[in-house]
Amino acid sequence: MMLAAATVGLLVAMLIVLARAIAGPSLYDRVLAVNSFGTKIVLLLAAMGFLSGRPDFLDIALLYALINFIGTLAVLKFFRYRHLGVASPSDGKAETTR
Amino acid sequence: MSLLAAILAGMFLAAGAIFVLIGSFGLWRLPDFYTRLHAAGITDTLGLSLMLVGMMFLGGWTLVTVKLVFIMLLILLTSPTATHAVANAAYTVGLRPFGVPPEDLAEKDR
Repeated sequence: MMLAAATVGLLVAMLIVLARAIAGPSLYDRVLAVNSFGTKIVLLLAAMGFLSGRPDFLDIALLYALINFIGTLAVLKFFRYRHLGVASPSDGKAETTR
Repeated sequence: MSLLAAILAGMFLAAGAIFVLIGSFGLWRLPDFYTRLHAAGITDTLGLSLMLVGMMFLGGWTLVTVKLVFIMLLILLTSPTATHAVANAAYTVGLRPFGVPPEDLAEKDR
């Protein structure tokens, strides 16, 4: 029963984060909100697995956590270099010297 | 013993859900990007860990608990990395913290 209550709380939190992802003034707010949304999806997958009595959903949750991380880095790299391939020497101008 | 595990699981799940809600509320209410990073961190560390520990009490000593431990380790490793990447990208592009006077920033960043 407490699991169902926690799942409802998780869904409310996901709605709030989704609102930030839509309303976020800058690109980075949106990336941050989508990353946080992905973490909550992992939790929701695990909770739904326990709710339906099939904890095999945890494999999907593990995979989603991996893809969430890679996806965040891919979006950040794309918006900095405008492509996802190997960085050319001219791309280095945007980098800080540190 | 089973009743004790169920009670502990309920307490951990409730605490985790409360922390997830606090983090999401902060993500909506805080004034600028760098403060929102702080709120997102609450969700990814304390909320996630407490909820997964609660589910471990529900799972018992089975393969389910091993998978939950792996999910927790994976997210505890990747979440700070992703947060650092987002913050670094935002600062490099030129987003500056809200309410910090220019003389408090580093010389080359003004």
